[in-house]
Amino acid sequence: MFENVGEIVLLFWRTLLALPQAWRQRQKVFEQFFEIGNASLLMVCVLSFFIGGVIALNFGPPLVERSFTNAVGGVVGLAIAKELAPVMMAILIAGRIGSAMAAEIGSMRVYQEIDALRTMNINPVYYLVLPRVIAIAVALPLLVVFSILVGWFGGAVVADLNNHMEIPFKAFFADLKSLVLLKDVADGVFKSFCFAIIVGVVSCHQGLSTIGGPRGIGRSVTKAVVNSIVLIVIFDYLLTRFLQQ
Amino acid sequence: MNAPNNPAAGVSLVVRGLHKNFGEQKVLDGIDLEVRPGEIFVIMGPSGSGKSVLLKHLIGLEEPDAGEILINGESISTPEIAAKYRMALVFQSGALLNSLTVGENVGLYLTEHRLKPPADIARIVAEKLADVGLKDAVDKMPADLSGGMKKRVAIARALVIEPQLILYDEPTSELDPISSVVIGNEILTLKRRIGVTSLVVSHDRDLAFGVADRIAVIADGKILTIGTPEEIKHFPDPRVQNFLHADFKREN
Repeated sequence: MFENVGEIVLLFWRTLLALPQAWRQRQKVFEQFFEIGNASLLMVCVLSFFIGGVIALNFGPPLVERSFTNAVGGVVGLAIAKELAPVMMAILIAGRIGSAMAAEIGSMRVYQEIDALRTMNINPVYYLVLPRVIAIAVALPLLVVFSILVGWFGGAVVADLNNHMEIPFKAFFADLKSLVLLKDVADGVFKSFCFAIIVGVVSCHQGLSTIGGPRGIGRSVTKAVVNSIVLIVIFDYLLTRFLQQ
Repeated sequence: MNAPNNPAAGVSLVVRGLHKNFGEQKVLDGIDLEVRPGEIFVIMGPSGSGKSVLLKHLIGLEEPDAGEILINGESISTPEIAAKYRMALVFQSGALLNSLTVGENVGLYLTEHRLKPPADIARIVAEKLADVGLKDAVDKMPADLSGGMKKRVAIARALVIEPQLILYDEPTSELDPISSVVIGNEILTLKRRIGVTSLVVSHDRDLAFGVADRIAVIADGKILTIGTPEEIKHFPDPRVQNFLHADFKREN
C-alpha cells in the first residue's frame, strides 16, 4: 500500500485541480450521490441503531451500578458522535461504495474504455474521479449525521428497555444534551468528510491502476477496501489528536 | 480542442527509429515508416509482432523508449498536437463505454468538449450512425450489440471527431466474412468521402489486400518490407511469403 502513497497524493492533487470543472460534471455527481445514498441508507440505519444499542448495553449497567446513571446518555452520545458513527460509516462506505468504484473504473481500464477516453482528449480525472470524490465527500457526512441520530435513538431505546438501566427517553436525551456539544458532532462530521476523500481517492486510484483481466479487477477491489480501511484508522487517530488541540 | 466542423484533408505520419521494451522483452525494434496524407496504410504481421503497441504509440497512449513520431512534421509529444490535429483510434474491442447508450457513446466527444448544442449533437450522432448502418441503435446499450455492431459504433464515434488521421486496431477480428467486408467498405468510403489518412493494423490478409494503398509487414518488432499490395505479394522474404500464404494442409 505505502509504495502507492505518492500516486494517491498525486491523484488527490489532480482532483483538486479539476474542482473548477465540478459544475460541468454536476449530472454525474448527482448520479453518484444518488447511488451512494440509495445503496447505503437502509444499511446505515440498521447498523447505527444496533451500534447505539450495544454501546448503551456495554457501558450503561456498570455506570448505573456505580450511581453514574446520568452519565449514560452522554457516554453513548459522545462515543457515537465522535468515533463510532464516522469510523463505522466510513468502513461501511469503503466496503459498499469504494469497492464498486474500484470495480467499475478497474473494468473500464481493463476493457480499454479509459484509453478510449484519452484518445478523445477526455481527462479520466475530470470524467471519472472528480464526480465520484465530490459525491462521496458530500454523501458520507450526511450519512454520518443520520447515523448519529439513529445511533442515539438506538442507545435511548436500549437504555429505556434494559432491566439494568431503565433510563427514560427524556432523561437519556437530557443527559446526552448536557454532555455532548455541537462541536463534538461537528468533529465527527469533519472526520467523516476526510474519510470520504480517502475512500474516494484510494478507490479511484486502485481502479485506474488495474492491470490484467478479471483477476486484476478483483485484486484492485480488495486493495481498495483494505487500503481505505487502514488509512481510515490511521487518519482517525491523527484527526482526533488534531481536533483535541 | 479543435472543433470538428471543418473537415480538413488527411495528415502525414512519420515514424523514425521507434524502440520500445517491456522489461527485457523488445517489442518495437527500430520502426521506420511514412504514411502519406489521405492514404490507407495497412500494417500486417503475426500476433505478438508489435502491431498494437505501435498503434498505441501513434495515438499517444504509450511513450517510446527512443525514436519519434511526427504528424505533418510536428512531434506527437508536443502538448499542442492533440488540439491541432484530430486523431481517432478504433479499438479492437470497440472500447465503448458500457454505462452509456450507443448514442451517448457516439456523441461523447462533442458532449464532453461542449463543441455543439445538444440538438446538433443528436443530429450528428444520428447521421454518423446512419453512415455505418446503425441508425436504429441510438438508444441501445453496448451490451445489446453484436461484435460487428460494436465495431461499427466505434467507427461512428471516431467519425464524429471528423478525424484527419484514423487508426484501426484489428478492425475485422472476431467478425464473420460479411461483417468484415462491411467494415472494409467503411474504411474505403471514409477515404473517398473525407480524405482521411487511415492506418489499419490487421492480420486479415483479405482486408489488407482489399483496402490498402500500401502495406507494411512487421515481425518481431521490425518492419520487414513496405510496398503496394502487388509488391508485397511478390516480396521474396520467406517470412513474408509464409505469412501471406499460410494455409491448412490436409492429407487425403
